Amino acid sequence: MNWWQRLGKKKQLEGRLDTELRFHFDHQVADNIRAGMSEEEARRKARLEFGSMDAVKEECRSAWGTIWLESTLQDIRLALRTLRKSSAFTFAATCTLTLGIGANTAIFQLLDAVRLRSLPVPNPQELARIQIRNGNGGFFLSLDDYAVSYPLWEEIRAHQQAFSGMFAWASQWLRLGEGAQARRASALVVSGEIFSTLQVPPVAGRLFRREDDQPGCAAPGVVLSYGFWQSNFGGQHTAIGSRMVVNDVSLEVIGVAPATFSGVEVGKNFDLAVPICALSVLHRGDRSFQRLDYSWLIVMGRLKPGWTLAQASDHLSAISPGLFEATVPTGYAAASLERYKKFRLEAISARNGVSSLREQYDAPLWLLLGITGLVLLIACANLTNLILARASARQREFAVRLALGASRGRLIRQSLCESLLLASTGAALGLVLAGALSKSILYFLSTEGDPLYLELTTDCRMLAFTATVGTLACVILGLAPALRSSHIEPGAAIKAGGRGLTTAREGFSFQRLLVVVQISVSLVLVVGALLFVRSFRNLMTVDLGFREKGILLAFFDMSRLRLPTGQIKTFKRELLDDIRSIPQVQAAATTTNVLIGGGMFSHGIRAGAVDDWSRFAWVSPGYLETLQIPLLAGRDFNPGDTETSPKVALVNQTFVRRFFANTNPIGKTFRTSPEPDYPETEYQIIGVIKDTKYFNLRGENPAMSYAPASQDAATWPSSVMYMRSSVPLGPLAAAIRRSLGESHPQMGMQFRAFQTHIEEGLIRERLMAALSGFFGALAALLATIGLYGVMAYMMVRRRNEIGIRMALGASRPQIVGLVMKEAALLLVIGVATGFAGSLVFARTAAKLLFGLTARDPLTFLAAAVLLAAAAALGSYLPAQRASRLDPVTALRDE
Amino acid sequence: MNPPKSDLPQGTLDLLILKVATLGPIHGYAIAQRLQQISRDALQVQQGSLYPALHRLENKGFLAAEWKESETGREAKFYRLTAKGRRQLRAETDNWQRLSDAVGLVLQLAEGESS
Repeated sequence: MNWWQRLGKKKQLEGRLDTELRFHFDHQVADNIRAGMSEEEARRKARLEFGSMDAVKEECRSAWGTIWLESTLQDIRLALRTLRKSSAFTFAATCTLTLGIGANTAIFQLLDAVRLRSLPVPNPQELARIQIRNGNGGFFLSLDDYAVSYPLWEEIRAHQQAFSGMFAWASQWLRLGEGAQARRASALVVSGEIFSTLQVPPVAGRLFRREDDQPGCAAPGVVLSYGFWQSNFGGQHTAIGSRMVVNDVSLEVIGVAPATFSGVEVGKNFDLAVPICALSVLHRGDRSFQRLDYSWLIVMGRLKPGWTLAQASDHLSAISPGLFEATVPTGYAAASLERYKKFRLEAISARNGVSSLREQYDAPLWLLLGITGLVLLIACANLTNLILARASARQREFAVRLALGASRGRLIRQSLCESLLLASTGAALGLVLAGALSKSILYFLSTEGDPLYLELTTDCRMLAFTATVGTLACVILGLAPALRSSHIEPGAAIKAGGRGLTTAREGFSFQRLLVVVQISVSLVLVVGALLFVRSFRNLMTVDLGFREKGILLAFFDMSRLRLPTGQIKTFKRELLDDIRSIPQVQAAATTTNVLIGGGMFSHGIRAGAVDDWSRFAWVSPGYLETLQIPLLAGRDFNPGDTETSPKVALVNQTFVRRFFANTNPIGKTFRTSPEPDYPETEYQIIGVIKDTKYFNLRGENPAMSYAPASQDAATWPSSVMYMRSSVPLGPLAAAIRRSLGESHPQMGMQFRAFQTHIEEGLIRERLMAALSGFFGALAALLATIGLYGVMAYMMVRRRNEIGIRMALGASRPQIVGLVMKEAALLLVIGVATGFAGSLVFARTAAKLLFGLTARDPLTFLAAAVLLAAAAALGSYLPAQRASRLDPVTALRDE
Repeated sequence: MNPPKSDLPQGTLDLLILKVATLGPIHGYAIAQRLQQISRDALQVQQGSLYPALHRLENKGFLAAEWKESETGREAKFYRLTAKGRRQLRAETDNWQRLSDAVGLVLQLAEGESS
């Protein structure tokens, strides 16, 4: 029989053991009687010879080798019984641990998905991203500081020797289908080598090869993502060879990528992939993707065997001068071109893919993990305090059991058993909670304009994390009470009821240390929480400098109207007049740049001796009125500012500060530096407007200048319009779409509420701030409660001492004063160390704060006051209560 | 007056039990009786300690047990030596022999010197 079989047949085994021993005993008695003894004597002798029946049985049981398991089961049963008896405590502890472990696991899961997971391709450690060292600083036209232009990519591919394969890619929205059924599809624009370099095999059909991406490809194919194939073709193999309309061009489906492949950008998915050469077909012969000054491709490669990243970087750096020399754009100022020629390439690891998410969320997620970790830590510490308080009530029980012969190891095991049960329940429930929590965080982070796609699976890393956190919680919970119970001196404990004066001294200084630690940790948490909560409040209430409510944002695409270039401006002006004539529209204006999250456009600017840059946009008259941006001096644009009239501009306060040292700029001029579509131009400043936020909420407001739309040198067949209205925007948009759809059926139209647009641009920042603030506040609250608890507990343990002091003649105020003086000392030490910790913490978090500095004195002061109040209350109330007791009761009372 | 009794050296009880069990299936009481008879009451075996030893040997697979009717008609647990137990007995016996020879030798020598 194995031990588990024995365990299952415990009853039967016990019965047989009993029979066996009884058989022996009865025979012995019978033999003794036969030898001439009286029955009574025979029994007595047999018992003497046999020894203690129970001891023999116990030894036999231990010979079975199941005793350890049985006693463990006993411990678990006992722990369950104890926990059931104090159901309120158990409930609170389980909830706390579930929430704590769940939150930690959820944040870890996000962090893991964003940060730690390797790309699901063979040998991801060989993958590298090739980029300009330190970025290009938004040089010329850049989609991304680290992107490269198409000609540069071709140069790199032709001259590098470090990589066995290379590819370039970018993502783009394409229009799928025709007419009213048209919808957006997210597309990967890729070079032909992408799949062979990543070693991704097709699920159906074939994937791109180098031949599919030759300049001027007339009939490019399209590769579908697995998800798109499933949802649009039902996963049918007939999809291969069928045709689909993308941007009004019919393309052949040549293959399907595997389900594991969602592109190389973390957090993104794609519907279909097209080769780079297809862009000129898809965009009506537009070859701007080949421009020398347009950086939009992300280049990656697979290292040749034996090459390291450092070697590849050195190699790329060495060949850089030739590459950049060969791709110098034309039409720019000489200084810019010199800077361009000095760029150097480098290779960085792309094992985990590329991710803008990572840059955006790396620090916040680690910080969030830190905060949730602290929440759990504090929650555990509070629970430990509760358990300790319970344990001292049970000290007599432990003492009795020790005296009866229980081993100390057994007692430790029993108290660990309780915390193990709590921690494992918390971990199991926390794991369930984490799945829901991380999914909902992801859901809130995803916006219509920028959907997020993260594979949130419960993998072994996550399980390992949860297990580690759970074990940690168990150890924190169980260790102190276990050590406590093992230190009991049975005699003293039974006599003194666990409150003995003899042990008070040693326990007391430990407790004081605990209080100091708790105060300083709490202070760090409260400071952190206050900083985050105040940042969140600042983010929610920040003054953008312009109106966001009641404004409809409209995007008009006139490319299919095929207007001659000369007529585009007239068409736009008439369109604006049409919109303005709608009675519900109070004001309307066009712009070339949507504020907050709508992209960035800058011009190099020279004014007098100052050579710098400014954000730049072309707007129609009425722009200031529509967005209600205050005009501080000078005049607004008016219909008199035409293509042929003198070039004029509006600038903001920062512009005036930067270029004119805050002197009156009206009537002064500045020049823009030349760019291919925008020749060098001299503008005269006609007005100054108030600063507004531009791309995001962080940082200083940039210098900003506006020129009239009529004087824009470039004429794109598209228009962005702001419309202000007091009626609901949804029906208004529908009405405009209807009436314009009749007069210009070919025109593409999109409408969004400006406020939604802004909120989506800020939602991630706001959510991260909200989460940090929430968990921070939770940690602070728990810490404060915990501090109160520790102080109060310390006082309760000193009740005896207070009784003695009073019996010896101390007055009530003297007692309270004594206690408060001590509390104050502990508080001062704790706050001092806490401030030091807070400064370190605040410096780490400084980048995430908004609208206040990391050393915000008010925050530090408020945190100290809050904790002082908690500590004072925690010592004053119990001291007051103790001093009101009759000394005799206090002394006699357990 | 009973002859003087000696306590069993550590670990020898197992050896004795295995030896007695070579006689065939035998229950615990009979083993105790045999031990006393064979040693002519010279060995003091606390009868209770026999059973943990039996269970331990059974757990190790040296003894096998079955329940059957005893000579008195009551159900009893009978132990018999397994093949593994037989090997163990042989090894233990050799061990014991070597030890007792060595001890005897030392004692003889010491006696010779002192006389």
